[in-house]
Amino acid sequence: MTQKMTAPHPLENRIVLQGFELPKSWTLKVFEAECGGYVAAKKASKMEPDAITNLVKESGLRGLGGAGFPTGTKWSFIPKNPTKPIYLVVNADEGEPGTFKDRQIMEHLPHRLIDGMICAAMAIRSKTAYIYIRGELRLARERVEAAVEEAYKAGYLGKDIFGSGRDLDITVHPGAGAYICGEETGLIESLEGDRGQPRLKPPFPAVSGAFGGPTIVNNVETLSQVPGILNNGAEWFLKLGGGTLRTAGTHVASVSGDVQRPGFYEIPVGMKLSKLLNEVCGGPLPGRKFKACYPGGSSSPLLKADEFEIAMDFDSLGAAGTMMGSGAVIVLDDRRSIPDMAMRTAKFYAHESCGQCVPCREGTRWVHTLLKRLCMGQGTTKDIAKIIDACSNMQGRTICVLADACAMPIESMLKKFRSEFEAITKNEDQVEHTLPQVSGQSAGLLNLIRTRQQERGQK
Amino acid sequence: MAYKFSAKTEDKFQWLLTRYPKKDAVLLPLLHLVQEEVGYLSPEALSYVGSRLELSPARIREVASFYSMFKMNPKGKYVLQVCQTLSCYLAGSESVIAKIKEMLGIKEGETTADGMFSLERVECLASCSTAPVMQINNWEYHETLTAEKTKTIVDELRSGKCAMPYYAERVESGGVA
Ligand SMILES: Cc1cc2nc3c(=O)[nH]c(=O)nc-3n(C[C@H](O)[C@H](O)[C@H](O)COP(=O)(O)O)c2cc1C
Ligand code: SF4
Ligand code: FES
Repeated sequence: MTQKMTAPHPLENRIVLQGFELPKSWTLKVFEAECGGYVAAKKASKMEPDAITNLVKESGLRGLGGAGFPTGTKWSFIPKNPTKPIYLVVNADEGEPGTFKDRQIMEHLPHRLIDGMICAAMAIRSKTAYIYIRGELRLARERVEAAVEEAYKAGYLGKDIFGSGRDLDITVHPGAGAYICGEETGLIESLEGDRGQPRLKPPFPAVSGAFGGPTIVNNVETLSQVPGILNNGAEWFLKLGGGTLRTAGTHVASVSGDVQRPGFYEIPVGMKLSKLLNEVCGGPLPGRKFKACYPGGSSSPLLKADEFEIAMDFDSLGAAGTMMGSGAVIVLDDRRSIPDMAMRTAKFYAHESCGQCVPCREGTRWVHTLLKRLCMGQGTTKDIAKIIDACSNMQGRTICVLADACAMPIESMLKKFRSEFEAITKNEDQVEHTLPQVSGQSAGLLNLIRTRQQERGQK
Repeated sequence: MAYKFSAKTEDKFQWLLTRYPKKDAVLLPLLHLVQEEVGYLSPEALSYVGSRLELSPARIREVASFYSMFKMNPKGKYVLQVCQTLSCYLAGSESVIAKIKEMLGIKEGETTADGMFSLERVECLASCSTAPVMQINNWEYHETLTAEKTKTIVDELRSGKCAMPYYAERVESGGVA
């Protein structure tokens, strides 16, 4: 199995991943002996709910599932005297291409997630929580289930936890293979036993979510950050990162693609992207140069290599026209063809669209078809215009943002690497001729680009 | 042959019913249990689940068909699930898929005539730093694959030498379901 007991990189600061490298880190015994296990939960069970929420607000913790929403603020949206039960739901559906941090937390430190869940449940006055785990993540599910069982046996879950007079039940719920169930209302539909098709908002889940009750959906990593805040205070968390409410704490970056040392690294929020890629991840592969990256999962607009001097925080990346997303960096070096990556990106979203909104269902498919045609050497410059058009028509017009998540990175590729797309179009008034077959690997496409350039006498 | 839950699944079903405020919510976990027991969601199994949950088989099929992990047809003993998404693609997942196709003579979605292997393309398996990856039977991860490594894995599975010790151990102890 995939158990790398790696020691942290010197530039890492392991908070959620503290104890990751310990043997049997997933057991209650190790977690309590060496990871300060359940000290936070114990403390939270005796605190005023609003005091917990305020502390988390002051810490500047922001959601690490993709949107970066301030966690304490989200919790404060739960109505004070609801008629229906309040639910806490953990989003463990990790499916954003390039992202693999939540799986690591669940496989190695499931008790830290439960510790954080207890704190969150106390804050929002919830007695029932679910952990919605992506179906494919089998070991993660087993480890979390075993941890929940251990926590029940120890009296940390169930009735009157830690003698506080408060109750909390946790149930692990398996997903079954659908990226869209990571969207919080799709996840709620799926939890209720339905197709995971997102709901129209409002009402927002905090008002009416799972089973009609007020519901908070939080990501695995977000909740795993909460025990540290309870134990060490808001000021401590702020200083782990950039020191401001908008740049607080650490986050686990998932780095994959063309770098020397791909992997997951817990770094301060605000670390420069270039530092992460060159110092932590060892730079480009021998003889290669960075070309671009998706800085926040496959849904994030690309940054070119000359834009890598940027702080990895929500606001800085947002200002650069992209996003922090799930903290997943997918790196492309100078071997890669951007039209090819655009096509593969569109393919993913076309496959994962839940189909209930026309602009998304048709738009993702259409963009994929056009990009495929281009990559086969059969596209024209008119097709490029059509792709741009389709991308702008898909945004802001659908129930959830999956359509935007497809359109945004592709738009950025067309904007920043336009010439690569133009290079592979066929000349409209030219007689059709046999074209080199695209092998499915980027190398084939680069050959096609070279052939085209030679035909046209370009460099 | 009429399908019925095994004693173990019946126990889990009863337990699941106590965990949700609404009966329908047990559907996904229950379908996983049934699929592990039967190997796929047979029409008899779906009708039976429907009768236990007071849902029509059509309704259950509508929900089940939304999810890629639920199978309406029998699959091979070993389902090879190769990730085709971005990071794996960059690292050469297409050559892994090509090797499997060449060795087994099947395409994506197909099963070998002897019922040993099925091949599937799947999306990001959350193991992108060890790309390209393949999961077998939704369980064991095989990482940083090459065509050569893929060949060894398929050969081992074919010859009965298990390339999935962890999975085998689970089946042995009855802990897979
Ligand atoms: C298409 C789509 C897929 C998503 N997938 C995930 C996911 O796999 N995991 C996750 O935590 N959030 C995912 N999200 C974000 C959730 O909707 C939600 O914002 C998040 O779970 C909130 O938790 P946080 O505030 O702790 O970040 C996705 C959103 C969209 C639109
Ligand atoms: S935008 Fe796409 S994925 Fe989201 S609800 Fe609409 S069709 Fe479904
Ligand atoms: S892209 Fe294959 S595991 Fe993520």
